[in-house]
Amino acid sequence: MDLGFDEVQMLLKNSAREVLEQECPITLVRAMEEDERGFTSELWQNMAELGWLGLSIPEQYGGQGMSFFDLAILLEETGRFLVPGPFFSTVVLSSSILTEYGTESQKSEILPKIANGDLIATVAITEPSATYESNGIQLTATKDGSNYVLNGTKLFVNDAQIADIILVVAKTDDKGDESNGFTVFIVDKNTSGMTITPLDTIASDKQAEIVFESVSISEENVLGEVGKGWDIAKRVIDLGSSAKCIEMLGGADRVLEMTVEYVKDRTQFGRPIGSFQAIQHHCANMATDVEGCRYVAYHAVWRISEGLEAQKEISIAKAWVSDAYRRVCAIGHQSHGAIGFTKEYDLQLYTRRAKAQELAFGDSSYHREIVAQQLGI
Amino acid sequence: MDFKFSTEEETFQNDVNGFLKKELPSDWTGETAYASSDDGWNFNLKMKKKLAEKGWLTLGWPKEYGGMEASIMSQVLFNEQMAYNRAPGIDIWGIKMLAPTLMVHGTEEQKQRFLPPVANGEVQWCQGYSEPGSGSDLASLQTRAEVDGDEYVVNGTKIWTSNGHRADWIILLARTDTDAPKHRGITMLLVDMKTPGISVNPIVNMAGMHEFNQVFFDNVRVPKRNLVGEENRGWYVGATLLDFERSGVQYSAEARRTIDDLVGFIKDNPSSNFDLSGREHLRNRLADMAIETEVSRMISYNIGFMQSQGFVPNKEASICKSFSTEMEQRVAETGMHILGLYGQLTSDSKWAPLRVRIERTFLRHHSATLASGTSEIQRNIIATRGLGLPRA
Ligand SMILES: Cc1cc2nc3c(=O)[nH]c(=O)nc-3n(C[C@H](O)[C@H](O)[C@H](O)COP(=O)(O)OP(=O)(O)OC[C@H]3O[C@@H](n4cnc5c(N)ncnc54)[C@H](O)[C@@H]3O)c2cc1C
Repeated sequence: MDLGFDEVQMLLKNSAREVLEQECPITLVRAMEEDERGFTSELWQNMAELGWLGLSIPEQYGGQGMSFFDLAILLEETGRFLVPGPFFSTVVLSSSILTEYGTESQKSEILPKIANGDLIATVAITEPSATYESNGIQLTATKDGSNYVLNGTKLFVNDAQIADIILVVAKTDDKGDESNGFTVFIVDKNTSGMTITPLDTIASDKQAEIVFESVSISEENVLGEVGKGWDIAKRVIDLGSSAKCIEMLGGADRVLEMTVEYVKDRTQFGRPIGSFQAIQHHCANMATDVEGCRYVAYHAVWRISEGLEAQKEISIAKAWVSDAYRRVCAIGHQSHGAIGFTKEYDLQLYTRRAKAQELAFGDSSYHREIVAQQLGI
Repeated sequence: MDFKFSTEEETFQNDVNGFLKKELPSDWTGETAYASSDDGWNFNLKMKKKLAEKGWLTLGWPKEYGGMEASIMSQVLFNEQMAYNRAPGIDIWGIKMLAPTLMVHGTEEQKQRFLPPVANGEVQWCQGYSEPGSGSDLASLQTRAEVDGDEYVVNGTKIWTSNGHRADWIILLARTDTDAPKHRGITMLLVDMKTPGISVNPIVNMAGMHEFNQVFFDNVRVPKRNLVGEENRGWYVGATLLDFERSGVQYSAEARRTIDDLVGFIKDNPSSNFDLSGREHLRNRLADMAIETEVSRMISYNIGFMQSQGFVPNKEASICKSFSTEMEQRVAETGMHILGLYGQLTSDSKWAPLRVRIERTFLRHHSATLASGTSEIQRNIIATRGLGLPRA
């Protein structure tokens, strides 16, 4: 067993931190909360040049050909620095499943553009049913000649406003089930019949509602096989939930660090508040939570990366990390006193995102249920 | 033991309820932060006048000050109903801090001057205690008040001043003796917020609301007749134990309301994704919250009972504050959990359940365990004053 990073991975981690310290100051994070697009082309291009956007895309499509695990190392840093923009949607989700399920022509058309920063992509699974389970999907795609016609509503779609392509999970067989009833479509943003309405959310991230009214998509734009779309959706959820855990770990680690710095510095009753046992116990509990997050999260990602069965590990990680990160933020606030309750202080940027991250790809209840099923109870 | 309320108490409770039903808009979900919007504030002022007409602002005041001298339990019930209905109109600083302090320590002139406007709902007070360097360790405060003729000249800054931007007057603690031990050099002054030299800077909280402020004092001149009690005795004046209701019943009432809202919402949306049947963990969690809320309510009733028997609640109040505010956070969190992805929506829209109340409550309640004595300080009090453990 070796729970460390190898040399290349360390290099990736350290350079990511150095770059983001320079390129992603908290002022940018705040500005992007207010920004309609939520990211800057400068930072996006920069990330392309560093090879991050193509990190796990095979070399023949202009990527770095690194693993999902390597991508996770980067995500710990983007989580720590609250990097704004569609990195998760485009790189972690879209490029991964396009690589896995795309046809040769889809891959050679799309992946190089993702890698060089020219194309933003996202995945649309959830609907007003607000669940990641297949029975929540009501959006239909009906065959019409060599086209499919999409009707329905997607909700809570990240980065839909800025995406060039949206990978839409639709129901293609009314009577079908997870094994044959769903299909994923690659939908260009300019296709007529789509209405995208931004949502205001707790994390000020860029989520949207997309209404599809007779949106006609050529069968060439089916991703994977017709009827086999739920496998892809499930893959998105697995990759998404495990990768979110790493992103959250990065954030939680920073919250711990901020809090420890603060309690060493803040003086009340003539001594640093960090010298009070109550606060020491708070910090100790936070450290315990963060440590717990680290290895369950990386374990899940590692199993995926190695191609091993990972359902149980993913759900254990997402259930634990979702709750732990929330606790870490809550104790962080408590230890900061009133200053941490202000908008001006950076802590709230983490707390609000922790909530959104907890909800994404299934919250702790959803994943706890899966763990229970995995246990056979 | 007898857990029943008296007939008068029950009648009174019904009166309050009837009044609130009549006065609050039928779709009233409760302004989350009155001070944050002009509309919210104006409604608060309107309600204040109506409560004053009823005599309910001064429910617990002695008759000689125009109060109703209502029993402690009636006050508990009143506060419980107000909190459950999320009704605005109560200036807690004027009614619950200033008034009792003046009744004990104020001069006749001060009582004449300051009490009637509070009773009539014509004035808003705020509390100028905390400073950037003095939070839990309040007695270390640095704002200076120096005598100059028959005035004090105040310099310094106060922070986290709730409603500072709405208030007419501020209850100020300032240092008048820099050589004395820290608790013995503090003086309480009443300061008109319109006095030249005062400026109020907004501080926006993490829920994006403007409720508290930083207040700056630059050579602010305060007449000596606005000194409360003796000079340098302000710490003790400020700590005057009030014979008003201190049950903390509002915490459980607020939480109960949130739970009732959630339950109503779940029932109104059968076989939706808010349906909890078959989701045992969430049902259990919500049930746990209902249980905790009842525990908190009983702790509060007991505090009310103790007070009505002439005892001064001490560790009980700290137990109530820490348990109940932490519970309120758990309730909000449970609500967020039940709402799932919908819980993250922040503006009222066709998609937003319960008009984003749960999300607002979730963010705002981060401060519940900080304001008016943090959970850690409450536990210190429970351990030392309550259980007799040695101080750190
Ligand atoms: C929403 C809100 C409204 C407020 N309104 C007002 C107002 O109107 N007027 C006013 O004057 N003030 C107001 N306050 C200020 C409030 O009284 C202080 O926030 C509170 O006293 C804590 O002080 P602090 O924020 O400086 O935290 P600190 O005192 O710096 O505490 C930071 C952390 O250290 C812990 N700590 C400190 N001392 C000890 C100890 N001895 N043992 C163990 N742990 C310790 C605390 O519990 C906390 O976890 C408000 C605060 C909030 C959040």
